[in-house]
Amino acid sequence: MTTPLVSATGLTKVFEVGSSGLFGLRKPASLRAVDEVSLTINAGETLGLVGESGCGKSTLGRLLLRLIEPTAGRIAFDGSDITGLGRSAMRAVRRSMQIVFQDPYGALNPRMSVEDIIAEPLLIHGAKPGAETRRKVTEMLGKVGLPARALDRFPHEFSGGQRQRIGIARALVLHPRLIVCDEAVSALDVSVQAQIVNLLQDLQREMGLTYLFIAHDLSVVRHISDRVAVMYLGKVVEIADKRTIYSAPLHPYTRALIAAVPAQHPAQRSRGRRERIAGDIPSALNPPSGCRFHTRCPHVMAVCRERAPVLTEPAPGHQVACHLIEAPQA
Amino acid sequence: MSDVADAEGIALKREHPARATLRRLFRHRLFVTGLFLFAIVAGIGIAAPWITTVDPQRLSMRNKFLPPGEAWVFGTDNFGRSLWARVVWGAQLSMIIGASVVALNAVFGTLIGAAAGYFRKLDNALMRVNDALMAFPAILLAIAVTSVLGPSTLNVILALSIVYIPRTARIVRSSVIVLREMEYVQAAVAAGAGHWRILRHHILPNAMAPMIVQLSFLFAYAVLSEATLSFLGVGAVPPTPTWGNIMAEGRDFMREAPWIITIPGVALMITVMGLNLLGDGLRDVLDPRLRIQQ
Repeated sequence: MTTPLVSATGLTKVFEVGSSGLFGLRKPASLRAVDEVSLTINAGETLGLVGESGCGKSTLGRLLLRLIEPTAGRIAFDGSDITGLGRSAMRAVRRSMQIVFQDPYGALNPRMSVEDIIAEPLLIHGAKPGAETRRKVTEMLGKVGLPARALDRFPHEFSGGQRQRIGIARALVLHPRLIVCDEAVSALDVSVQAQIVNLLQDLQREMGLTYLFIAHDLSVVRHISDRVAVMYLGKVVEIADKRTIYSAPLHPYTRALIAAVPAQHPAQRSRGRRERIAGDIPSALNPPSGCRFHTRCPHVMAVCRERAPVLTEPAPGHQVACHLIEAPQA
Repeated sequence: MSDVADAEGIALKREHPARATLRRLFRHRLFVTGLFLFAIVAGIGIAAPWITTVDPQRLSMRNKFLPPGEAWVFGTDNFGRSLWARVVWGAQLSMIIGASVVALNAVFGTLIGAAAGYFRKLDNALMRVNDALMAFPAILLAIAVTSVLGPSTLNVILALSIVYIPRTARIVRSSVIVLREMEYVQAAVAAGAGHWRILRHHILPNAMAPMIVQLSFLFAYAVLSEATLSFLGVGAVPPTPTWGNIMAEGRDFMREAPWIITIPGVALMITVMGLNLLGDGLRDVLDPRLRIQQ
């Protein structure tokens, strides 16, 4: 295996939330949105990132692009550390990494025409406005399946799916290598979702893209991903290739997530006892001690309350953080 | 969707957003009424040199206290000065002061508000100064400033700007704080855009709507406050025809010559009402969310 395109080591983001009170007397609470996450994304692959709302998957995606500054940890892109890069050095790296957002309405500036929206990244990176830029924008627009007529239109003239295509065109116009798709299809109708997912896959083949595909819909992730990472309360609990995650998950949380996906056919329903978890995700402001999942885990042991499990690799390419795995079938 | 869109599902109806906004504004009855009233006052103010024949400061003791009639459209005051000339020139001064205060607010309110809203580090410092200025009642602060600077037209403009810029800045800041978190701003950051580009292309154009609404109301406040200041004797120095000065002098003769105080009062009312209607219309069209909140 070659060097990974992106690798994060011990990436942590703590948000200070709440007011610090008059004269800063009150101590603001800290929320560990992402807690010592280490993962790698290989060039050309799609890494699915799943987890419940509020588990820190979007924060992780933005940390990797340095849209949010990490509290601790390092990010390497294409072999070089980008954690401490200044604004202008970072600008050069930004050419190669882009993001597609969830909300097709909030992601496009309502006062800019489609041409201006897609041309902006080009202009930032030194292109001059004119025929050449316009040609590139038109070409990109064609790649995402929109006609050149759309150039002088404004975002409100498009449907959700079309807006998402414009957002994808903006992300791809610089020919980046990494795209973070932050819930890129979650806000769309199911039929439109399928179109956008197919478009993303076509573009990946055509342009050799690497995706971090953040989603909470396990079926979509299964369709598009090569490997899948599962997050719970700011921690990555399991990473494996798609086949393993969906057929032989190890972590009880992953097992419960997979079991919750409706079967496509009654015959496929699992006969045995289904892994179930009760209750809600605990507050990230005050996470449980030890393993963060112990409050909901059906296999909780004494050690889980005391010590946080570390990510181990029981099989090549399959990482999991669970005491059940460390001490096999205790 | 099929009847308004083509094969690719892109709407066929083409109208530039700015045009659409204008069209909706001119369909808004209150806005049109307000614009009409304001245009009359502004038009009279601009046309002052051509529609008055006498110097508004020329005394003519033979002609004092003449009621409105054929010779003197609005009558004369206690010094026999033409009230028409004085009210018309007063309109011009009100427009100059209102427009200047609005212009200063547009520039400095935007600068301070955008800086405070966009750069978190500046926020606390700028907004605490803002709060301190806003803690004074508007008129009291304006009186304090003019008494320090001395009464003159220019100082009235400065005083009213000092009073109102913090309020404008606060409105701009609140829009900027919301806009800063929009995903299209994040996308611009991801593309490598600098602060200046983000502010100029993504944040300020979208913060304009509430700002324009605020400025139209501000024009009304400025005209009203200027009249109050000159009525209280801390505005433009007396022989200068301002609506406040005319009303202050007319107050002593309210019984004998009620037209002296009534006419500039009505002019003031028309101006403020026009601007408020205009502002309401702008708010309805440009920033519909504000209406729901109220």
